[in-house]
Amino acid sequence: MPTINLVQAVNQALREEMRRDERIVILGEDVGKDGGVFRATEGLYEEFGENRVIDTPLSESGIIGTAIGMAIYGLNPVPEIQFLDFIYPAFDQIVTNLAKLRYRSGGQYSCHLVVRAPYGGGIKGGHYHSQSSEAYFCHTAGLKVVIPATPYDTKGLLLSSIRDKDPVIFLEPKKIYRSVKEEVPEGEFTVPIGKAKLAREGSDVSIIAYGAMLHVALEAAETARKNGVDVEVLDLRTLIPLDIDAVLATVKKTGRVIIVHEAPKTGGFGAEIAALISEKAIEYLKGPIIRVAGYDTPFPYTLEEFYMPSVPRIMKAIDKLMQY
Amino acid sequence: MSQSRPQVKDKVLQVAGFQKEREMKGEPSKEELIHIYRVMLLTRLFDTKSLNMQRQGRIGFYVPCTGQEASQVGSAFALRRDDWTFPTYRDVGVALIRGASLRSLVAHLMGNSNDPMKGRQMPSHWGFRTINFASVASPIASHLPVAVGVAMAMKFKNEDKVVLAYHGDGATSSGDFHSAYNFAGVYKAPIVFICENNGWAISLPVQRQTASPTLSQKATAYGFEGVRVDGNDVLAVYRATAKAVDKARRGEGPTMIECLTYRLGPHSTSDDPTRYRSREEVEEWKRRDCIEIFRSFLKKEALLSDEEDSRIRKELEEELNSAIAEEEQAPRPAIESIFEDVYSSEPWNIREQFEEAKEDFSKRM
Ligand SMILES: Cc1ncc(C[n+]2csc(CCOP(=O)(O)OP(=O)(O)O)c2C)c(N)n1
Ligand SMILES: [Mg+2]
Repeated sequence: MPTINLVQAVNQALREEMRRDERIVILGEDVGKDGGVFRATEGLYEEFGENRVIDTPLSESGIIGTAIGMAIYGLNPVPEIQFLDFIYPAFDQIVTNLAKLRYRSGGQYSCHLVVRAPYGGGIKGGHYHSQSSEAYFCHTAGLKVVIPATPYDTKGLLLSSIRDKDPVIFLEPKKIYRSVKEEVPEGEFTVPIGKAKLAREGSDVSIIAYGAMLHVALEAAETARKNGVDVEVLDLRTLIPLDIDAVLATVKKTGRVIIVHEAPKTGGFGAEIAALISEKAIEYLKGPIIRVAGYDTPFPYTLEEFYMPSVPRIMKAIDKLMQY
Repeated sequence: MSQSRPQVKDKVLQVAGFQKEREMKGEPSKEELIHIYRVMLLTRLFDTKSLNMQRQGRIGFYVPCTGQEASQVGSAFALRRDDWTFPTYRDVGVALIRGASLRSLVAHLMGNSNDPMKGRQMPSHWGFRTINFASVASPIASHLPVAVGVAMAMKFKNEDKVVLAYHGDGATSSGDFHSAYNFAGVYKAPIVFICENNGWAISLPVQRQTASPTLSQKATAYGFEGVRVDGNDVLAVYRATAKAVDKARRGEGPTMIECLTYRLGPHSTSDDPTRYRSREEVEEWKRRDCIEIFRSFLKKEALLSDEEDSRIRKELEEELNSAIAEEEQAPRPAIESIFEDVYSSEPWNIREQFEEAKEDFSKRM
């Protein structure tokens, strides 16, 4: 089995599915000849031509708006937003049309499409090439939100997303686009949307994470093991619909919960998870639910390593919880 | 597809002599012409140096402007000190002609403790309040409605100031471009839009950005004048801008100036232009280098000698090298700078996060 990285997994999933399903079109800025600024669509323009791999003018509302129209008319668009930070001009289209079309038309219309966007920090991108704004989308009914953390899941989840019947916001952790590699089978396989994965089993503390933060959480778990603390790590993989069973299972098992995300703490998705746990399983908790998150500030440049959740910050949370 | 050659009436430098008979007010004096040349050259030297520093890992990122110095310097030279500019990431020449210090530019690229942006912004995201040079955000064209708002406020206050707002060819596709142009037209805002049409928006050539034969014609739809100039002709750019700025100052509304120029370098230090454009196209535009054109004009007019030229270059290089040497000594910003300026005063959550962070940082430094 070939070993590939996350961005190659995106590319492979798109290429294979485009061969199988001629309704798939890709549209976005620099996705054609250039192969995408992260090379996620490399070679697709050459293989599928300019009608299926469309280099668009610089307008995110144009990209998403027209993709919605194409979806309504039976195509299967997979638009790319170059950085999640540039999705805001399309926010109106996403919230107004994409998320609500099925509901507002009484189920007469629907528009299934997958919006792919690299997100997150760790590449020295400053305010506008680093943000993790998944919470905005999670807060909008009608959208599914998927965030893979490994090449295998990236391919399997992207295929599931393309075949889903609902709009999917598919966020790719660009910090680990190239650094995380693993064996991924060629050809067809899917990973289901809405299912978390136990990335590491443990009995003392549960860390709930997603995206690039999964790997920081795993590193912290390994460090904790050396101190005799047995940490379980749950990779959510899908935020909406959340795998609540998996969340509650790990909470009930360890009774100690840490949620890690790089998005700012206040109003972040961690708050939703914490609220659900307190509603459904508070009696199992031995101590407070701790969020290790980005600070409530815009994303900085020079000091980004101090802004991002880190192993020492997670270790501190583990130490604190182990006092309960 | 290649960027079409400029079709403009407003040639200045390619014809013999400096056309003094034009009805322009405020033609640059001899000293001013040399000043313009110096700033263009400094912009080029700064650009070359910054690209090299990025390659050497001394700065993290850079957006080069080589090839576009005439459009930037020529336009901003037409302003008064108290006018405002809304630049893009690429507008080093605008910053320099407006009087930004080399050290502040270098400090920003390094994101160190002297950086006016306090090391918070990615390099090339300038902002210098002292010279009315508005702060840059990456999302393309997001500054344009804001620039119009500043111009509307100037008008509201009955001042005779003007805003110069810069944007690229790609920006003309964005919704904010259209909102900005429409408001500018409706309210006759004292603003001049400088469109640096450098032929490319990363990998997309301007011919595929729009079906309009020109970008300047877009202004017509919003009820104001759009003109095209040779953006590699610094005096043509200056004259067109001076005229438009005067018009705006007189209360006669906005103008768009489309400067036909070319991005000779990569889009940014993360870009590889060989993937999408031909070497021939680049070579063709190199032959029309705006600095070479202006230099030969100055020499032909006996305004600049070879000795003076090399003396200027040497001076500028020294200035630049010493700015870099000094800024490389500066430490990175203090940790608390992450938490400052989010609000005018600090709410409890940020205070709490800072207190926690301080502890972690002290262990990790
Ligand atoms: C809203 C938004 N979408 C996408 C990008 C990514 N991006 C950065 S620069 C650029 C091209 C801009 O082209 P143009 O306006 O011609 O300016 P130039 O870079 O040529 O100076 C793109 C697509 C962005 N910064 N903002
Ligand atoms: Mg351009």
